[in-house]
Amino acid sequence: MKLTLWTYEGPTHIGAMRIATAMRDLHYVLHAPQGDTYADLLFTMIERNEKRPPVTYTTFQARDLGGDTATLFQDSVRNAYERFEPTAMIVGASCTAELIQDDPGGLAKGMKLPIPVIPLELPSYQRKENWGASETFYHLVRALAKAPESDIEKPRPTCNLLGATALGFRHRDDVRELCDIMRTLGIDINVIAPLDATPADLTRIPDADFNVVMYPEIADTTASWLKRQFRMPYTTTIPIGVGATTAFIKEVAGLAAVDPEPALRDARSRLPWFSRSVDSTYLTGKRVFVFGDATHAIAAARVAKHELGFDVIGIGTYSREFARDVRDCAKELGVDALISDDYLEVEARVAELQPEMVLGTQMERHIAKRLGIACAVISAPMHVQDFPAAHAPQMGFAGANVLFDTWVHPLMMGLEEHLLGMFREDFEFGDSATPSHLGHGGGTVSPAQSRASSEASAADDDEPVWLDDAEQELGKIPFFVRGKARRNTEKYARLQGVAKITVDTLYDAKAHFGR
Amino acid sequence: MTTSVLQPLESLRQQPGDNVLRERGQREVFCGLTGIVWMHRKIQDAFFLVVGSRTCAHLIQSAAGVMIFAEPRFATAIIDDRDLAGLADANEELDREVERLLSRRPDIKLLFLVGSCPSEVIKLDLSRAAERLSSRFMPDVRVLNYSGSGIETTFTQGEDACLAALVPEMTDTGEQEQLLVVGALADVVEDQMRQLFELMGIGPVAFLPMRKSGEIPGVGIGTRYLLAQPFLTETAAALEARGALRIPAPFPFGERGTTAWLQAAAKAWQVSDETFEQATRLPRERALKALAHQRDVLSGKSVFFFPDSQLEVPLARFLADEMGMQLLEVGTPYLHREHLSDELNMLPTGTQLSEGQDVEKQLDRCMQAKPDLVVCGLGLANPLEAEGVTTKWSIELLFSPIHGYEQAGDCAELFARPLRRRNLLSV
Repeated sequence: MKLTLWTYEGPTHIGAMRIATAMRDLHYVLHAPQGDTYADLLFTMIERNEKRPPVTYTTFQARDLGGDTATLFQDSVRNAYERFEPTAMIVGASCTAELIQDDPGGLAKGMKLPIPVIPLELPSYQRKENWGASETFYHLVRALAKAPESDIEKPRPTCNLLGATALGFRHRDDVRELCDIMRTLGIDINVIAPLDATPADLTRIPDADFNVVMYPEIADTTASWLKRQFRMPYTTTIPIGVGATTAFIKEVAGLAAVDPEPALRDARSRLPWFSRSVDSTYLTGKRVFVFGDATHAIAAARVAKHELGFDVIGIGTYSREFARDVRDCAKELGVDALISDDYLEVEARVAELQPEMVLGTQMERHIAKRLGIACAVISAPMHVQDFPAAHAPQMGFAGANVLFDTWVHPLMMGLEEHLLGMFREDFEFGDSATPSHLGHGGGTVSPAQSRASSEASAADDDEPVWLDDAEQELGKIPFFVRGKARRNTEKYARLQGVAKITVDTLYDAKAHFGR
Repeated sequence: MTTSVLQPLESLRQQPGDNVLRERGQREVFCGLTGIVWMHRKIQDAFFLVVGSRTCAHLIQSAAGVMIFAEPRFATAIIDDRDLAGLADANEELDREVERLLSRRPDIKLLFLVGSCPSEVIKLDLSRAAERLSSRFMPDVRVLNYSGSGIETTFTQGEDACLAALVPEMTDTGEQEQLLVVGALADVVEDQMRQLFELMGIGPVAFLPMRKSGEIPGVGIGTRYLLAQPFLTETAAALEARGALRIPAPFPFGERGTTAWLQAAAKAWQVSDETFEQATRLPRERALKALAHQRDVLSGKSVFFFPDSQLEVPLARFLADEMGMQLLEVGTPYLHREHLSDELNMLPTGTQLSEGQDVEKQLDRCMQAKPDLVVCGLGLANPLEAEGVTTKWSIELLFSPIHGYEQAGDCAELFARPLRRRNLLSV
């Protein structure tokens, strides 16, 4: 048993719903108690889909448990088949139905429907949403994919784009960017899946020359099976950021044996120049903490370091299945990786590291708000705000532009930051000043908060004591570096055996740490 | 544990001559855990710990349409495969998590262990766990339990189960006269009601649930209670078992509903007509004035209710009786005939009611009826809007103050806004 305030991922059957809802002509019959229908609102309210997810729930109640829930399930399958006329069906159980062990797969198979019925076994008490999505996609492709006719004539190389789902972080926009890249390279798209694909499309997947794995969390298992089964190579670069997009284009061009050059020259790519532009100097060395699913966290950390000149002081993920990749990335950056789906643990890490900015999920946005730290959202879990009206991809050169804009926006502009540092006693410009282009909210932190977090991290008896004038001087340091300054000074004082921190100690520490 | 399982069976029985469609099929409803979303704000020093699955945690997080980002006074102890395989003692695990929780939140005085579908199916005995934990953490923290599981409760029945769990904690006030108002109300509404009763000389008045656990009211044979919400079947039964008497009344929605509700209490306390008139005249006039603003928009329009919160019958009565709307179908998860008898009498004759749900068939009926406004849950609202149907999503009716005179206009406005908006937009 594990105490959970907020969850980064839903249960496994939500993952299956993300696949079913992304596709067309597929129906999902879910053996589940009443109440589990809440999942519909994820798609109709958060993603604002115009259609209900193609899911029929058996919605059994206590009175059904003594009776025949198996018949209830079969009736639901029959009604769903007749009403929605899908060309394939997936069936499975939610967490409660898993406990009553009705075997939805076996029951549906016994009905001999004239369409493929694919059973899903998604252990709810061990696994989570992304795994459920990955597994569902894999079983669908495995059941439906057919070996290509050997004599298909293809004038141009072809690929599949795999991994985009419903309720995914900018998946639809990313697909559009990748389609543009492929078009420029002269590569035809065979199938995009699961987003907008039909079961019939899945049968054609092996017709392509290679696969593009957009989101390993969803498509890795499927792509490696396709490689084993049909010798289809697949991409391993995630094209998020200018560098990664360039590498991706070269990887794809290599797989398709085409010239990468046309796609490498994208006039829309502004990040490199904006980042070199002098007004961006103030971004140098901003201390950033990164947290999200593995794909987005790794990509964000690299972009932050190499393309914006931030200092990545920590990285983490809730995707345990991809912990190794995140650990490797952390090693490359010289920091520790936090592998956890415990919101409280992430909060503690942020408080401890005192970053100037958090690149995280909606959960970290909340943490950052409480701690008075700037934040930009880079990954699911999804919030209605993560479905902007404008085209806002993460992938490709246009995606890199979006990253630049959304990450720089929450920060204080360079000159503003300087003025704030110089004239801290200005009554209209004090401690609680937020970036002037943000109405309210943004970064405010009370001295008590910054002190509390520092005290929490070290509660020794022989702690150095802050003298009043030193404390006052500390107050003149802008809030977004004050926590760090306090910690550095205390660390320095302990190092030097100084019991009372004076103004001199503060500046000695500053000189010692070079910051 | 709970008796609500029996209730639907009872109400499924055909009653001759009534116009109620009873259906079974897919029910597009929330489970009782959803009640935590408002209950955890109402009782300020209470914490709700769901003992359930990741689905439960995900549901509560998503139930308000978007995630709520305050430090929540609820959490989920997620059962995992180790608990199920018997590798870990679920009770020991629960004790450890409760300890972790209480050490983090020393301000918590009342802890509810809330049962879920998985905890019910694996027969985890939360009442014994609550007793055990209570004896350990008393007097600092009182631990109670109830079930919010989807196999036993629908949406607002979670509040009912929670309040019913509080009843045994109420001290016996014996023959001492008292008016008890039952059902979670917005704080501002509670204050208004308190003042109105005071003006009429009705008292002492107490409210269940209370805002702080230490303020839990007493109950006894001198207690008469008024239901402020129509979904409190179990709570009412528990109060009556303690000797309290229900004052039958319609529910305080709209000017007429509120007046009739107050009048029922006034009658029980033998308040003179003159005093009643004096106490209520001003707010009544204000309510009428506020309602008049919305009547232009609502009058003559047709409305179709999908079953959701059990507020459907009283709200349909309000919209038909006071706002001149036409009722096409009034769906409700359960029809509690006794508590709703006044409301049912005030509905236009021949109103089509439906109890239970087969959502696909109901959607067919709805599309055929072409209502001007549909009241439904969050899963259905946008798909209906996309079909050109104007909707009012019903969870807002639980999250907004809509009871009483001063809120009558707001209540009507919640239904009028989607219609006004549709006229306003030209995109």
